[in-house]
Amino acid sequence: MADKRLTLDELVGELRSGMTIGIGGWGSRRKPMAAVRAILRSDLSDLTVVSYGGPDVGLLCAAGKVKKVVYGFVTLDSVPTDPHFKAARQTGAIEAMEIDEGMFYLGLFAAAQRVPFLPTRAGLGSDVMRVNPSLRTITSPYDDGEELVAMPALRLDAAVIHVNRADASGSGQILGPDPFFDELFLGAAERRFMTTERIIATNQFASEGALQTMCISRLLTDGVVETPGGAHFTACVPDYSRDEVFQKAYVAAAAEPDRWSAFTKEYLEADEAGYQAAIETPDGGAS
Amino acid sequence: MSASDAVDATGVSRAEFCAIACAEVFRGDGEVMASAFGTAPALGARLARLTFAPDLVLTDGDAALVDGAPALGARPTELVLESHMPYRKVFDVVWSGRRNLIMMASQIDRTGNQNISAIGDWARPKAQLVGVRGAPGNTINHTTSYWVPNHTTRSFVEQVDVVCGVGYARAASAGPAATRFHQIRHVVSNLGVFDFETPDKVMRVRSVHPGVTIGEIIGATGFELVVPDAVPETRLPTPEELELIRNVLDPRGLRDREVKP
Repeated sequence: MADKRLTLDELVGELRSGMTIGIGGWGSRRKPMAAVRAILRSDLSDLTVVSYGGPDVGLLCAAGKVKKVVYGFVTLDSVPTDPHFKAARQTGAIEAMEIDEGMFYLGLFAAAQRVPFLPTRAGLGSDVMRVNPSLRTITSPYDDGEELVAMPALRLDAAVIHVNRADASGSGQILGPDPFFDELFLGAAERRFMTTERIIATNQFASEGALQTMCISRLLTDGVVETPGGAHFTACVPDYSRDEVFQKAYVAAAAEPDRWSAFTKEYLEADEAGYQAAIETPDGGAS
Repeated sequence: MSASDAVDATGVSRAEFCAIACAEVFRGDGEVMASAFGTAPALGARLARLTFAPDLVLTDGDAALVDGAPALGARPTELVLESHMPYRKVFDVVWSGRRNLIMMASQIDRTGNQNISAIGDWARPKAQLVGVRGAPGNTINHTTSYWVPNHTTRSFVEQVDVVCGVGYARAASAGPAATRFHQIRHVVSNLGVFDFETPDKVMRVRSVHPGVTIGEIIGATGFELVVPDAVPETRLPTPEELELIRNVLDPRGLRDREVKP
């Protein structure tokens, strides 16, 4: 079997400015934050970010990496909104495609199935149709004749997800209660990457969790990166829950440019090992 | 709102009337998934499940359905799980229509449109809120109600800035595919209960919470409400319901943080 192990730098090296990039997870849960932090340190720009949005979106907006965000929401769960995303929208710094979160699912599903669209009632009558004038409806070809939204495929140039365990050939295991839409992000993408808390031998999956936790097949991945703590500060249960204290510090730092540059300097300028060391021994600079 | 009108003569708090009003949203429902955002809706759904709507299916707020009706803030280890309900399956339920939902609204208008996306012009909002979330798909697929804990002319507006949850007029203009499963049942606020049971499907006062006057409601609403000749008061909880609210479902009194006593 192919060895798909990469470093974070190699993963980022596969990405290009201007790409449409899908990011797995949901809100402030199981986000591939180590990969996001690596993108922050790169020269990449003009990205279109497709995400059930959390601090991944906020951080990329704050670093000026984003041209456009495709989302149904951007939330930190225990904090209703992300301050950087909010600022980017309110200053007009980014383009936006805001759609119903079920439409978002169908867009990924359509791309994964290689069909141009999937029909749905979701969106009918709402301002989703007004603020996204490119969206079309379609009339059922059957006797009912219903007019439905034709949710276009959300095709991704690349996708990154974060899972609890993976093996070197790119199978992944999600041990938390919700696999979210990670499989569909990978299915919708040309280049498919997975970061993981721990790379283990394939024959160890069964001792970690039941068969249904082994939900990412290697058919869906091109590269796998071991990033312990790689979802921090978002939740990655059962390995760790959300770091609410750190998330609060992130939100507070966003309130003033000075505090944000101190936060950036303390946590985001060094490499991933530096980040993990900084969160182990915080010197209080961000709080 | 002054302290003197927050508790009526029977000693039932405003938050408790709100919980009762939210429970009523689920009356008559059979085996549907009850989803409830906010404290009063969460209490109401649990109360309905334990009393007059025993077949309701409650969620743990994460990725599972739970048996019984856990207290607000119950630890995960105290829950009895009955089924796996990750987000991808939630959409199966939404699109099947087997769900009754109480969402919150930053703005709600006369024909039942709801906004949680943005204040001002969507293209460059004065305030970006959380986003449309599932509101468009929810409202077009299953019964939806709203909870507004702070009823003012800023939340009850003539026309919402961004239509997320679809109201009656917008659903009608989108055609039969949009109206087929659409129902905005009730709007519950800290002042009263509202519905759309008028010939032209505009918001009507259904009941006022004891201690609130119609004048107060009209003054706090940014559009013309339909006010029937006789408006009843929101019903009193039964002694059993009050016992369940105070001693079983919300012994820590979280309800009073949302709607001040």
